[in-house]
Amino acid sequence: MRITQGTFSFLPDLTDAEIEAQAQYAVSQGWSIAVEFTDNPHPRNVYWEMWDLPMFDIADGSAALAEAAACRAAYPGHYVRLSAYDASLGRQTTALSFIVGRPAAEPGFRLERQEAGGRQVRYSLHAYASDRPQGERYPAGD
Amino acid sequence: MSSSPDARPASFAMPRPALAGAPDAPAPQAPSPDALGPESLGPDETVDITGERQALHIPALLSELDRDFVGLAPVKDRVREIAALLLVDRLRGRFGLSSARPSLHMCFTGSPGTGKTTLATHMGRLLAELGYLRRGHLVSVTRDDLVGQYVGHTAPKTKEVLKRALGGVLLIDEAYYLYRPDNERDYGQECIEILLQFMEEHRADLVVILAGYADRMNVFFRSNPGMASRIAHHIDFPDFSVAELIRIAELMLDKEQYRLSPAAATAFAEYVELRMSQPRFANARSMRNAIDRLRLRQARRLVTAGGRVSRADLMEISAADVRGSRVFSGGLAAVPGHPGPGHPGPPPTPPAGHRAPPARPDSAAPSA
Repeated sequence: MRITQGTFSFLPDLTDAEIEAQAQYAVSQGWSIAVEFTDNPHPRNVYWEMWDLPMFDIADGSAALAEAAACRAAYPGHYVRLSAYDASLGRQTTALSFIVGRPAAEPGFRLERQEAGGRQVRYSLHAYASDRPQGERYPAGD
Repeated sequence: MSSSPDARPASFAMPRPALAGAPDAPAPQAPSPDALGPESLGPDETVDITGERQALHIPALLSELDRDFVGLAPVKDRVREIAALLLVDRLRGRFGLSSARPSLHMCFTGSPGTGKTTLATHMGRLLAELGYLRRGHLVSVTRDDLVGQYVGHTAPKTKEVLKRALGGVLLIDEAYYLYRPDNERDYGQECIEILLQFMEEHRADLVVILAGYADRMNVFFRSNPGMASRIAHHIDFPDFSVAELIRIAELMLDKEQYRLSPAAATAFAEYVELRMSQPRFANARSMRNAIDRLRLRQARRLVTAGGRVSRADLMEISAADVRGSRVFSGGLAAVPGHPGPGHPGPPPTPPAGHRAPPARPDSAAPSA
């Protein structure tokens, strides 16, 4: 099951040219771009590992694309995303975040039911991938 | 994204219509050199090269270069060649001929004050207009910005700078300082290796310009043959002649809204000849400094004289202002420790050369 987090996630995977164009848009807005990766697909996992430092003073989107490509190469079988942070006063939050790399096969989630007191049922999501230890969750080489 | 769409199980994602069969066929690639001439041509068609040249504003760009830069004939020739090559490549692309992006890394050598840094700033804009670079901004760095202070510091630092420069021009001033042959543990070597690798990988996105004095640059290239061979254009900036220097000074004065009286012009011509023969002469930079001191002397003259002054008085530099220079009385040699023109070492070049900064209105008008 393809996970859908961030912008463009219901679109087909972006091509490199499209990623670069989006990064260029972020740069033109004065947002700083960071590359992040994870192999924990849970939707509530919002803090991903950082790849290098955020790029504060790049002038061209191709730098962000190059970093994303380097991250994908270094962490095959991981999710990689670009997030653009808008530091302007009054916003100061992530302005744009989209996935630029994902494992080839995404096994998806199972729904877990937990019987609680008084016939109450608690639901939770469990990613099949997270049964394996971190770093081995997806077959490398997507 | 490298995963092909058909390898994935059915998902929530919308299909990409264009990608149904061919995964990466004519998808919108990054702007290529022929981005402006989209229609491709058949083998028997012809194209009007003059018209194309006009369409790309090449004549305008080149005449601007002629206007802003005095002299420097070999440099301008090379810029013209590059412009022509980029145009021809673009046309070849439209005929379906192979048009590999030429490598445009450059090395500018020449005496102090011959306009190396200034031309580098122009180069970025020029290449962007010609469609070679996407942004054409200039990132000007020296050794300090590239080389780290401890083990493991250099690589991230250099990469940071290179990332910043992507899409534009990276100007490395005094590039020979990167390599210190006397210290084999110097991190400069590491920086050079990263630079070389990056220059190869991102040939399309980045133009690296090394600038420096000719003799030291030669030593630098001798010890880094890899660098020398990766730089296609070695451009030597000739020294300016007297006439060119005077012309440069006139342009600078003009930009600052000053003018020389006829007598002052004669005196200034003598001044330039004398100054050239004196030590620490730095071409256009010396002219810049001379003009700053002319303005000082003019201001002092006006204030000492008192009374009322007109607009013309405030603009005119008299012969006395020029003749007041030390150059006429034996020059710098007579004054030890004079902090004047042409710093002893290679100076940390601000975008000097012969393009005057905007006139400073405050210093121009000592109030009457």
